[in-house]
Amino acid sequence: MGEHLSSAAIENPDRRDFLFIATGAVAAVGVGAVAWPLIDQMNPDASTLALASIEVDIGAIPEGQIVTVKWRGGPVFIRHRTKKEIDEAVNTPLSELKDPQTDAQRVKVPEWLIVIGVCTHLGCVPLGHEGQYDGWKCPCHGSVYDTSGRIRQGPAPLNLFVPEYAFLSATKVKIG
Amino acid sequence: MSGTSTYVPKSALGRWFESRLPILSLVHSSFIAYPVPRNINYLWAFGAILAFMLVAQIVTGVVLAMHYVPSAAMAFASVDHIMRDVNYGWLIRYLHTNGASLFFFAVYVHMFRGIYYGSYKAPREVLWILGVIIYLLMMATAFMGYVLPWGSMSFAGATVITNLFTAIPLVGVGVSHWLWGGYAVGDPTLNRFYSLHYLLPFMIVGVVGLHVWALHVTGQNNPDGVEVENVERDTMAFTPYATIKDVFALSVFLIVYAWFVFYIPNYLLDADNSVMANPLVTPAHIVPEWYLLPFYAILRAIPNKLVGVVALFAAIALLAFLPWLDTSPVKSAKYRPMFRFFFWVFVVCCVGLGYLGSQEVSDGTTLAARILALGYFGFLVVVLPLLGLIEKTKPMPASIADAVLAKKGLASAPPVAS
Repeated sequence: MGEHLSSAAIENPDRRDFLFIATGAVAAVGVGAVAWPLIDQMNPDASTLALASIEVDIGAIPEGQIVTVKWRGGPVFIRHRTKKEIDEAVNTPLSELKDPQTDAQRVKVPEWLIVIGVCTHLGCVPLGHEGQYDGWKCPCHGSVYDTSGRIRQGPAPLNLFVPEYAFLSATKVKIG
Repeated sequence: MSGTSTYVPKSALGRWFESRLPILSLVHSSFIAYPVPRNINYLWAFGAILAFMLVAQIVTGVVLAMHYVPSAAMAFASVDHIMRDVNYGWLIRYLHTNGASLFFFAVYVHMFRGIYYGSYKAPREVLWILGVIIYLLMMATAFMGYVLPWGSMSFAGATVITNLFTAIPLVGVGVSHWLWGGYAVGDPTLNRFYSLHYLLPFMIVGVVGLHVWALHVTGQNNPDGVEVENVERDTMAFTPYATIKDVFALSVFLIVYAWFVFYIPNYLLDADNSVMANPLVTPAHIVPEWYLLPFYAILRAIPNKLVGVVALFAAIALLAFLPWLDTSPVKSAKYRPMFRFFFWVFVVCCVGLGYLGSQEVSDGTTLAARILALGYFGFLVVVLPLLGLIEKTKPMPASIADAVLAKKGLASAPPVAS
């Protein structure tokens, strides 16, 4: 645009220069206004957002078992931890962890570990009671998690995510 | 190379049309009179084979789209419906799934041929880069096509590939939610992949048009890597010479294609994909299709997520820079003894990575994949730039005609009657 304007015009802008810049500005805003709906339509839609929370009855889950429930299209692990599993998680020194977090930061009630069942590497579903830390092992690229869902080995960078949840009663939990 | 045609349509109607839209002379100069180096070998037939495969994939794909249902609930069943109920549905689907593999086989031969004979060097840099863009579009198309049957391997593949974007700092997770249209791969993901799987092949057709255009501006490279000096002495007319040669090569290629389709149609498919997708379970041993295995092996070889993803994309993107990474002025490996050795080392690295990508992870395979990945990147960013400085190349023939006649034991080339 600059080269179309003579030095005299730059010092003394006239009506034509103003129209030229104003037209360009309106066109840029117009392109943006049209582009955004075309981009945003791909984001999670209203029906997906509406499925934001579920309630799960955990009364029937025996100690030592992991139950997988579906939340927002993906798996959530609910693990009823044994005394040994809790001790392993609590007694792990933070210096051994890739993504340091204490067990207490990851659970509300020590017996119940609730994490999103998606490997933080590339999204596969890890297998429970596998790997040398007795937690989970991902079948895709070999990431190993402990009994607190914390990453211990392999390419995953982060611990399994803890979703928002609340205990509605001793046997009922609301996820989301 | 254009402008060699002096075509005038024979019929009055042809001349009437030609003066309004000169498409007949364009076809004539591009595919009939177009001068082809007289020394090209059968590796140059893969361009025509690829053009055929692109059309075959589009024709079979459009037909499959008439019967396929792009929804998470129905997709898997609709593929079964195509296989069992639709007239010749099994044939059309097997042509399409095996066609994708044969398409990639042909493109790899085409690419390695380009590297061996230095086809990316001046003046063909743009031609080469357009080829890399086509290759990228092919991978995107094949990946999305693989998701459509909605088997458990489709689902795992879609999950792993889209999760590559979560490695991007800050915006990564948002980008993957945007790609999925949800919080995980699901119905919206399948629908958009279907839409794009239908669109991308036509974008490939567009870029192939540019690729052929660029080819016809510079002319083809050839096994001796010397440019055409004299059209009369160094070239032959595209039709009939190259046309017949291409048709013969395509016929042989089609025998292999038909052998896959009719005798081992499921050989390249994964048994896990005969189980419907389940978002709560990932198959025990996930592998991509064979043509993506080397890149998958590179991803797995690196213990850091972000670095692994960057290496995966770099392995592909570096190919576009080959014209500048290779500093030697000599094109063909025929006259570059050291390059020829390292070229084969590079091929071994690629094939070895492909094998390792198909195996389960162990300390041994990880170590081997790291060594081979080092070989892959080493060839591109260390060996190629250095060879141009230290390699002693062999003497080049003065012209294509000289190269052809030297092979036949004649000292100098008489002019070819045309």
